[in-house]
Amino acid sequence: MEDKTLYTITVFSENAVGVLNQITTIFTRRQLNIETLSVSPSAIKGIHKFTITTFSDSEETMKKLVRQIDKRVDILKAYYNVDYELVHQELALYKLSTDKVMEHGGIEYLVRKYNIRILEVTKDCVVFLKAGHYIETQSLFDELAEKIGVLQFVRSGRIAITKSPVERLSDMLAKRESQKLEI
Amino acid sequence: METKTKDVINGSEALIRSLIAEGVGTIFGYPGGAIMPVFDALYNHKEMIKHVLVRHEQGAVHAAQGYARVSGRVGVALVTSGPGTTNTITGITDAMMDSTPLVVISGQVFSSLLGTDAFQEADVIGVTQPVTKWAYQIRRVEEIPWAVSRAFYIASSGRPGPVVLDIAKDAQLNQCEFSYSKVDFLRSYQPVPEIDEQKIEQAAELINSAKKPLALIGQGVILGNAEKELIAFLEKGNIPFASTILGLSAVPSEHPLNFGMLGMHGNISPNMKTNECDVLIAIGMRFDDRVTGDLKTYARQAKVIHFDIDLAEMDKNVKTTVKVLGDAKQTLPLITKLLEKKSHEDWISSFKPYIEKEFDYVIKNELFPENGGEIKMGEVVNKVSQATNNEAVCVTDVGQHQMMATRYFKHTRSRSMITSGGLGTMGFGLPAGIGARYGAPERTVCIFVGDGGLQMTIQEFGTIMEHNIDIKIILLNNNYLGMVRQWQELFFDERYSETHLKNPDFIKIADAYNIKGRKVTKREELDEAIAEMLSHKGAYLLEVKVETKGMVYPMVPAGGSVTDILIGNGKTI
Ligand SMILES: Cc1ncc(C[n+]2csc(CCOP(=O)(O)OP(=O)(O)O)c2C)c(N)n1
Ligand SMILES: [Mg+2]
Repeated sequence: MEDKTLYTITVFSENAVGVLNQITTIFTRRQLNIETLSVSPSAIKGIHKFTITTFSDSEETMKKLVRQIDKRVDILKAYYNVDYELVHQELALYKLSTDKVMEHGGIEYLVRKYNIRILEVTKDCVVFLKAGHYIETQSLFDELAEKIGVLQFVRSGRIAITKSPVERLSDMLAKRESQKLEI
Repeated sequence: METKTKDVINGSEALIRSLIAEGVGTIFGYPGGAIMPVFDALYNHKEMIKHVLVRHEQGAVHAAQGYARVSGRVGVALVTSGPGTTNTITGITDAMMDSTPLVVISGQVFSSLLGTDAFQEADVIGVTQPVTKWAYQIRRVEEIPWAVSRAFYIASSGRPGPVVLDIAKDAQLNQCEFSYSKVDFLRSYQPVPEIDEQKIEQAAELINSAKKPLALIGQGVILGNAEKELIAFLEKGNIPFASTILGLSAVPSEHPLNFGMLGMHGNISPNMKTNECDVLIAIGMRFDDRVTGDLKTYARQAKVIHFDIDLAEMDKNVKTTVKVLGDAKQTLPLITKLLEKKSHEDWISSFKPYIEKEFDYVIKNELFPENGGEIKMGEVVNKVSQATNNEAVCVTDVGQHQMMATRYFKHTRSRSMITSGGLGTMGFGLPAGIGARYGAPERTVCIFVGDGGLQMTIQEFGTIMEHNIDIKIILLNNNYLGMVRQWQELFFDERYSETHLKNPDFIKIADAYNIKGRKVTKREELDEAIAEMLSHKGAYLLEVKVETKGMVYPMVPAGGSVTDILIGNGKTI
């Protein structure tokens, strides 16, 4: 993965059955592994947003990829970005043994040191959340695994927002609606 | 268009009325449990919709393809769930590759049973999504008119393609209030991109400055009904051109600027000139690897202008200088207006030596063999073409005979070459020819098939018999899977592994289906037999025993450069 760049592909689609299938087929055909995937309703009602990350050594491939995705009838818009064009985050959940946490300075110490949010404390375990970039959630995992031991760990797919002011989709939709009036 | 009356009818009736509203007059299909209500509804509308019962669902789709390709209308196939639908996959994939507008309607199990491995349930949407332009499952009767109108709009607009509608049986049976309105807008789908005037100007400028322009014509011109606009463009700029296999017939074969076919078995001059031209103008074609050969050596010296309706084709295989996105019917006239009249006399005459060379080394012996010997495929094709005044629809299967047919059948009008290009599907020819006949009932349809490919869909003899379909089947029998044998001869040390065929008596089979047949083994009988075939009213099988070890030349070996062309007897150009 040395000379590969991580690309974030954003896809807006109609809320139709099987859209994810249509998108992943195009990744598969181009031999691209999906690193992370996150799907949710977008800010615009009835439209879903997919945020997908993938490593590639060629921006050309990304261009072709998004064009092939964009071409599908149910897809409204697809584009790709690199990290500096985005504000992006992932969420991670960590479950640790309560006893071990107590041995290592207690909950308050953890919260202050690692800037985390406690979600659950029982006599057996502590569950907390950290938001951040991949490296941040990963390095915390590595550190905790070594010092305290991690019972369970899970990380979400990336969510991302472009740094430009408007969601580009709204412009496109407005334009499409005006074209509809012309027909 | 909106129908006023709001009848309460069942879903099957609604489906048929929707099809009628879309102007469907011919359907190719095969019934079964999950689609029986629709076939029942069809029974009431026999005078409006002609149903052609095929003998295998693959045949239904290929027939719908032949119908669509020759007529420009949407081809429709109707099949049952499970195996009925999985049998259509080859045809659907073929249509996707070759941008053929189809609507394939499949029955599906009751919606309450979906996902339970019910009898004859298949995940039709999952299986077809990757090979369709759009695939949709109708679970509620109310959706039928909406889905049908969407299906036809999507299949036929922009870059056409196949659409699958999978209809649950309860949706076919339940009642609904029927009204139909045509869809002509989907916000997520822009079939025809906007034209960028600046690109038009840049392209015109580049063409005006070109000393050695070459145009590559693809099926996009035919799909966009832009043949006239293309000819005006080519003639004003005096631009020599050649076609992809699917672009053949867009411009008459004898047009003085027409230098034939591109690609692996294409003509020498346009292939060689691809690497000599200064401006390469691709119109509605997609730089398939069978056209380009090795991309690393393909047209590196040229500035490339690409006209296409599909943004995803731009820069996909060949990097372009100017991309002219849009419908060729609109973009071509805009460019033509800006073109300077040119003659390109020297450039055009520089094609000549290659044409002569191809004639001397390849064509002469293929079309006009002098020293007797076995009949050649090329001479049969040439004779049939001439006997029809080059006016027939030429349909082919896949293999050596296909290449001979595309090389030597001549055209005087568009939509006259129906062949499986992108997928190269053996078994395509016979059913596609049946469909072509329905799509163009006033035209002579000549189907060239091999002894291998014919046996892949030979069951459609039954369809021909039942419906008295007047098509001319020319079987070029070399007793081999010839094209594979050719590769074995050239690239596998003449090790003929599993390519020799022990064949049945094809004439007897035809006879059993009441199809008139004749086998020709002697050159002297050929003309007379062709005349008999063409004057016969009804289907005719002309089997010609051709050279067993014939070769198709010229040939650009797979992955080779377009200029590394084999011309036979171990020679290269
Ligand atoms: C469905 C399918 N299977 C296999 C092939 C591979 N293939 C390409 S050409 C060919 C030989 C065709 O033989 P025949 O129909 O006799 O035609 P000929 O080449 O002899 O003219 C084969 C097997 C194919 N194109 N399609
Ligand atoms: Mg053969």
